[in-house]
Amino acid sequence: MNGPATGGPGRATGVVPEAAGAAGTTAGTASGTTEDAALALGDDALVLSHRLAEWAGHAPALEEEVALANLALDLLGQARTLLTMVGDEDRLAFCRQERAFRNVQLVEQPNGDFAHTIARQLYFSTYQELLWEQLAAGDGPFAPLAAKAGPETAYHRDHAVTWTLRLGDGTRLSRERMQRAVDALWRYTGELTRPVAGLAGVDWAALAAGWAERVGATLRAATLTVPEAPARAVWSAGGGRQGIHTEPFGRLLAEMQHLHRSHPGARW
Amino acid sequence: MHEGVYREFEETIAAGERIEPRDAMPPEYRATLIRQIAQHAHSEIIGMQPEANWITRAPSLRRKAILIAKVQDEAGHGLYLYGAAETLGARRDELLDRLHAGRQKYSSIFNYPTLTWADVGAIGWLVDGAAIVNQVPLCRCSYGPYARAMTRICKEESFHQRQGYELLLALSHGTEEQHEMAQDAVNRWWWPSLMMFGPPDGESPRTERSMAWKIKRHTNDELRQRFVDIVVPQAASLGLTLPDPLLRWNEERGHHDFGPIDWAEFHAVLRGEGPCNAQRLGQRRRAHEEGAWVREAAAAYAARHAARPAGRAA
Ligand SMILES: [Fe+2]
Ligand SMILES: [Fe+2]
Repeated sequence: MNGPATGGPGRATGVVPEAAGAAGTTAGTASGTTEDAALALGDDALVLSHRLAEWAGHAPALEEEVALANLALDLLGQARTLLTMVGDEDRLAFCRQERAFRNVQLVEQPNGDFAHTIARQLYFSTYQELLWEQLAAGDGPFAPLAAKAGPETAYHRDHAVTWTLRLGDGTRLSRERMQRAVDALWRYTGELTRPVAGLAGVDWAALAAGWAERVGATLRAATLTVPEAPARAVWSAGGGRQGIHTEPFGRLLAEMQHLHRSHPGARW
Repeated sequence: MHEGVYREFEETIAAGERIEPRDAMPPEYRATLIRQIAQHAHSEIIGMQPEANWITRAPSLRRKAILIAKVQDEAGHGLYLYGAAETLGARRDELLDRLHAGRQKYSSIFNYPTLTWADVGAIGWLVDGAAIVNQVPLCRCSYGPYARAMTRICKEESFHQRQGYELLLALSHGTEEQHEMAQDAVNRWWWPSLMMFGPPDGESPRTERSMAWKIKRHTNDELRQRFVDIVVPQAASLGLTLPDPLLRWNEERGHHDFGPIDWAEFHAVLRGEGPCNAQRLGQRRRAHEEGAWVREAAAAYAARHAARPAGRAA
């Protein structure tokens, strides 16, 4: 059960796909197939959904139980659409090894305290909203999904912005925790605006500028300091897209895949 | 009682009409409802835990989505119910404090552990199933906000029940291991599900008054019998057995007979000696305590920006 997932025609989902080296090529012309791109975006949504669902029963208020589950469900829906463009969603989710996942490292970061979860969501939803905006405006294979996911993602960002303001501009303790979270996760944000192999028609420079502007405006409104560390230059930028993940990710997969893999061939 | 002060209340009840928040009502009626609604709300939110235990291990993405949505629904039920209790003058944070201090109860069923994936199905089928039998009559309860909350909740519970049944059906007709897993789960959840209807009628001191006030419409034993009669044929179509050698159709009564319930176990779990009492309450307290700084921040922010509120309320 640990072989490559059944993919689209000629699709290899071994340890490192051929297209992996494409990250960093010129904007909008990244080489790779549509399946490569669907896998990358699908893994982002799948893994972040999993992390958000870990909050179930642990959220700071009942309203947040509902809200975080909403985000998890939206992202899981996106993941299922995207993975199905590549092959069998369950084989892809449950039978691939860690090095075959193409999600950015940001989404696999552990929940931490509520501030870390919110900072992760602010960074990711801002990126995803900008990406869906561009893809929905085009006529590529992702346009229909982007049109549907756009409003969902706008809500995700709105939720993250609202909480960033409350925590940043709340109490002294919450401000401290929010700043710590914003700083800690900053190093994983460079990867967000790197070209995704197989994803044509994206103006990555515009996306990066839009991201910096929106995130910066939110952090400043929340009386937080925008981190100055050179996020785009850290070694990990682009790692997730090439199947290089962080240590917590293996444990996430161990938990997520265990039951499915324990019953080879079973239907659920 | 109360010599006419509550005559209008008595007339409304007698006419089978609804009491609304602004109507005069006897303090005992109010207190009974607050206690019952709070206990119900607590059950919804504690009840998230045993199933949330399997979200991160759900064996297919479809099942994972269904399970996340189910656990989310239970949080929503908690919100409606705390809201209904607030119409009687209670406050959610105070009710939660009472839960956390062990001064208010929640349904004992959630003090049993979910040991395998099949337990998610058994809970949906049996526990949500029993909750529906308990709760459908509450849609006609005399207190308006509670009755209306129950109408919304029952719709979702019947969804949960069908999904649980369908999950077990897939397991029962799956591999041998999956079938065993399903049977084992039903074996463990059957008797605790029967206990969900509460002690036998002779030992349920509050039943009589609650029935007079039309908060309650049927006795515990009546509801338990109704549940058994519904579930027996469903078990047969699942291809699973119920762990009771005395279970059989009684032609004369027109009902299923079933074996004696272990009330000693029921009372032990109620006293806090069940397998998960400490764990469930511990997790609830921890989530509440660890979330305090978040709620405080939201309150501080709201106070400071009262003139220009930001987005959705906390
Ligand atoms: Fe419920
Ligand atoms: Fe339910």
